[in-house]
Amino acid sequence: MAQTNEKALYAQLDEFIDGLPTLQGALITVLHKAQGIFGFLPVEVQNHVAKKLDIPASKVYGVVTFYSYFTMTKKGKYRVNICMGTACFVLGAGDILNEFAKEIGVQSGGTTEDELFSLDALRCVGACGLAPVVMVNEKVYGKVKKDDVKGIVDEFKAKGGVA
Amino acid sequence: MAKVKSISDLTAYKNAALAGDSKHIVDSSITRLYVGMATCGVAAGAADVMAALQEEIDKNGVKNTIVIPTGCIGMCYAEPMVEIRHPDGKTVFASGINADDARKVVTDYLMQKQAGEFIKPNVGYGKQVRVALRNCGNINPENICDYVAVGGYEALAKCLTSMSREGVIEEMKKSGLRGRGGAGFPTGVKWEFGFKNNSPSGKKYILCNADEGDPGAFMDRAILEGDPHSVLEAMAIAGYAVGADEGVIYTRAEYPLAVERLNIAIGQAVEKGLLGEGIMGTDFNFTISISMGAGAFVCGEETALINSLQGQRGEPRLRPPFPAQKGLWYEPTVNNNVETYAMVPAIIAKGADWFRTIGTERTPGTKVFALAGKINNVGLIEVPIGTTLKEIVYEVGGGLPGGKALKSIQTGGPSGGCIPVELQDTPVDFETLNAIGSMMGSGGMVVLDEDDCMVNIAKFYLDFTVEESCGKCTPCRIGNTRLYEILDKITMGHGTEQDLVELRQLGEVIKDTSLCGLGNSAPNPVLSTLNYFMDEYKAHVIDKKCPAGACTDLLTYKVVPAKCFGCTLCARVCPVNCIHTVDEIVGNNKKLHVIDQNECIKCGACVPKCPTKAIVVE
Repeated sequence: MAQTNEKALYAQLDEFIDGLPTLQGALITVLHKAQGIFGFLPVEVQNHVAKKLDIPASKVYGVVTFYSYFTMTKKGKYRVNICMGTACFVLGAGDILNEFAKEIGVQSGGTTEDELFSLDALRCVGACGLAPVVMVNEKVYGKVKKDDVKGIVDEFKAKGGVA
Repeated sequence: MAKVKSISDLTAYKNAALAGDSKHIVDSSITRLYVGMATCGVAAGAADVMAALQEEIDKNGVKNTIVIPTGCIGMCYAEPMVEIRHPDGKTVFASGINADDARKVVTDYLMQKQAGEFIKPNVGYGKQVRVALRNCGNINPENICDYVAVGGYEALAKCLTSMSREGVIEEMKKSGLRGRGGAGFPTGVKWEFGFKNNSPSGKKYILCNADEGDPGAFMDRAILEGDPHSVLEAMAIAGYAVGADEGVIYTRAEYPLAVERLNIAIGQAVEKGLLGEGIMGTDFNFTISISMGAGAFVCGEETALINSLQGQRGEPRLRPPFPAQKGLWYEPTVNNNVETYAMVPAIIAKGADWFRTIGTERTPGTKVFALAGKINNVGLIEVPIGTTLKEIVYEVGGGLPGGKALKSIQTGGPSGGCIPVELQDTPVDFETLNAIGSMMGSGGMVVLDEDDCMVNIAKFYLDFTVEESCGKCTPCRIGNTRLYEILDKITMGHGTEQDLVELRQLGEVIKDTSLCGLGNSAPNPVLSTLNYFMDEYKAHVIDKKCPAGACTDLLTYKVVPAKCFGCTLCARVCPVNCIHTVDEIVGNNKKLHVIDQNECIKCGACVPKCPTKAIVVE
């Protein structure tokens, strides 16, 4: 079952690549799409992209590891991102990050064993008026205080694995 | 309406827009509710507010009242907010409201004229002059009608029908517009290089740098979300001037709403024949596409950006050749920043002479700043070049919250420096800020108060630079890492006076020898704080103290013997049992408590427990 599923994902990626007007300079666009499909970019996916675009796998790996947006580790169902821009930093984002680490049980960059949560520090999202800012997937929380953290985590724990 | 095929078509389209969808722009006989729907507004709940307003208006049949979604109004501190323009010319704001409050705005305020707590008077823009942000907050960014109604695409029409390519470049040179991305290079001169350089293929590119990576700067996002067509129009003007038929906008992947609005805007412009082939019935062709970055600060450097557009690692190229000679795909390329582009249509429409009446002789015009940190009115502001820092902080920004003292203003993000309060009368300009060891940069302005430790702030920026250095050149890759390590050592209390000498020496070398702007400016936060806040560095390395109390490793918790009466509460709450009694009798025949400094982990748990406030932090 899992295998056919994976096959379908690769087919989806191939369809996107075949539909591109040109493959010249398309690597980053393709990787964005691939990460959207697979959720992350493991070596197998990178090799597949390399073959498909006819470029060395080392070049794909070089690009994936250069850009912070691309990840080679699987993220949680709920991706908790703490903005670490200057405005958020001076208003205590560091404490918020620590509080989330304590509450979720993983450090920044990590994913919980049940793959429910992952925690990351994020570059400035440009919503400085709401500093400090926390994003859980697409949902934005503004002016977050240390005491709010447990509530936010519990909100998503309650949702659990259900979409 | 069909495609715009001539200047008279554009005028007809404008008139139709003003009579139809865009009548809110001129029709002052109706009440207009503008809802700020940029990322910060939406994040604060503006979509619900807007829906509630519309629903309540419909339900109660409120007449002559319309709701318009708009971009960033600039007052981030008051989001979500609604600007209410009354037929009598009076404007008020409803700020910080939720959907329920929005219903009351309709039922109580609009219908029964009861102001209530949400309605705030119009504070106006004060010292602000809005050029780049002229349409933000006034038009619906997702409807091209609104942009045309305020005179959009007329500057492009003027160029195509009545100005030569050289004439456009001449006008830009005359205006004195300088690149607002940070370097301040004259835009007209840049366009002239692009015009003069030709490759065998004849291909040229126009790029828009929307890779706004400075932490604390968000003006480009606001412009793309609030007035995307102004950027598209300016890129087409640049394309006409230099002879390019293709434009690419390189934007951050972290700005999904900006990308969405740009896509809508490009689609509408193509549909109207304002982009594409044979624009406005002339033989000028111009297309624009969007390319997303993937999270690398260095890609704001233009040669790194070009490499990234080519699907490579975003490492800067050696110059020369300059992008105007060999840029994207090694063809002549002109690249400008979002804010610079946003000013172009206004300059062409109103003329270079008008633009020169704003700002200073050397740098005409305005600059948008993102005001953040310890400031009351966090937001996006636009002031004439030459406005002083003090005016920006106190008159535009409303001063610091909690009556705290201004300590420093950080400008230019990780490439800039920390300006001390003594220099708050400095007028902002590229040269004046450089002269005091900071820089304009992209326009981030972070206000710091007495609680911020300058060594820690320098360390914060270096941490960012070390992470974002692409690693191509050694001074930046290794030098900045060493700077960070020394700063880390100092904030942990292990610094020496020799470290301060080395910080300065290493910083100078990195500035002189790095390959690109990232490395050239990375030591600025360290060097500027060394220059202006040496006493704070000395306190860290000699006295092992952090005057601002931000470096926890340098804090000391002590019991004041005169206040302690031996109640044992502190000792009981201490997680590492480092509070002991000594043989000195205090209070009611009890023993004095002391904290063992070698064991203390500085958690602070004891402080709130003490009934006599005998535990102090130094």
